[in-house]
Amino acid sequence: MDLLLFGIPALVAIVGAIAMLLSRNAVHSALYLLLNFAAISVLYLLLQAPFLFATQLIIYAGAIIVLFLFVVMLLGAERDEQAPHANPWQNRGAFVGGVLLLIELALLYVNNPGTIPIAANLNDGFAAPTEIAKALFTTHLLPFEIASFVLLTALIGVVVLHQRRS
Amino acid sequence: MVSTLMYVALSAFLFVIGVLGVTLRKSALMVFMSVELMLNAANLTLVAFANQWKSVDAQIMVFFVITIAAAEVAVGLALLVMIFRRKNTTDIDLMNTLRG
Repeated sequence: MDLLLFGIPALVAIVGAIAMLLSRNAVHSALYLLLNFAAISVLYLLLQAPFLFATQLIIYAGAIIVLFLFVVMLLGAERDEQAPHANPWQNRGAFVGGVLLLIELALLYVNNPGTIPIAANLNDGFAAPTEIAKALFTTHLLPFEIASFVLLTALIGVVVLHQRRS
Repeated sequence: MVSTLMYVALSAFLFVIGVLGVTLRKSALMVFMSVELMLNAANLTLVAFANQWKSVDAQIMVFFVITIAAAEVAVGLALLVMIFRRKNTTDIDLMNTLRG
C-alpha cells in the first residue's frame, strides 16, 4: 500500500518531467510542469510535510506556473525553437552528462552503505504547521527577515526593469 | 514504509531531466522551467531527509528555497520580456551580446 501511494505520484512526476522536456510547445511544457509539481506536492504529503504541500501548491502551481503561462502567451513564444543549437556538441554533451549522472545514481545503489540511521524522535507530527511556525519565528527568524527583503528587492527590481525610458 | 533512498533516487532522476532540459532546449523559457524542475528535485531530497531524521529544519530550508525561487522567476521573466522586446526572440543562442 505504501509502495503504491509512493509509486503513483512518482510515476506521474517522472512522466510530467519527461513530457515537459520533450514537448515542442512551451504552453504544453508549462502545463506538464504543473502536473509534475502537483505530483511532488502529493509526495510532500506522504513525507509528513503538510505545510510544504500547501506552500508548493500555492506558490509553485498557483503563482510560478501562472506567471510562466502568462509570459509565454504574452510573448507569443510558444514555438520559438526552429533551428538546432549553434554549437553541435551541446546536445551530445548533454546526453553524456545525463548518462554520467544516471550512472552515479546507479552507483549509489550498488555501493549502498546500508540503512540510514533512524531518528530518535519518532513523533509523526514533528512537522505540523504549528511546529514549522515555531521554528520559523524563533530559530530561523533572521533568514525569514532576509527572505522578505529579497522578495522586496525582486519586486522593486521588476518595477525598475519595466519602467518606460524616455 | 518507503525507503528514503527511493525518494532520493526519484529526485536524482528529476534532477537529471532538469539538467537535460537546461542543455538541450533553446528557448530561455524552457531553460527556466527546467531550472524550476531542478529546484523541486532538490526540495524533494530535503523533505525526504527531514522525514528520515524527523527534523523540521530541512523543511524550513525548503520553504526558503521556494521563496527565493519565486523571486528568481519574477526577475528572470521580467528580464526575458525585456530581451524579447529588444531581440524579438527567446533563443538563448542569440543572447550573446556580452560575448568576448
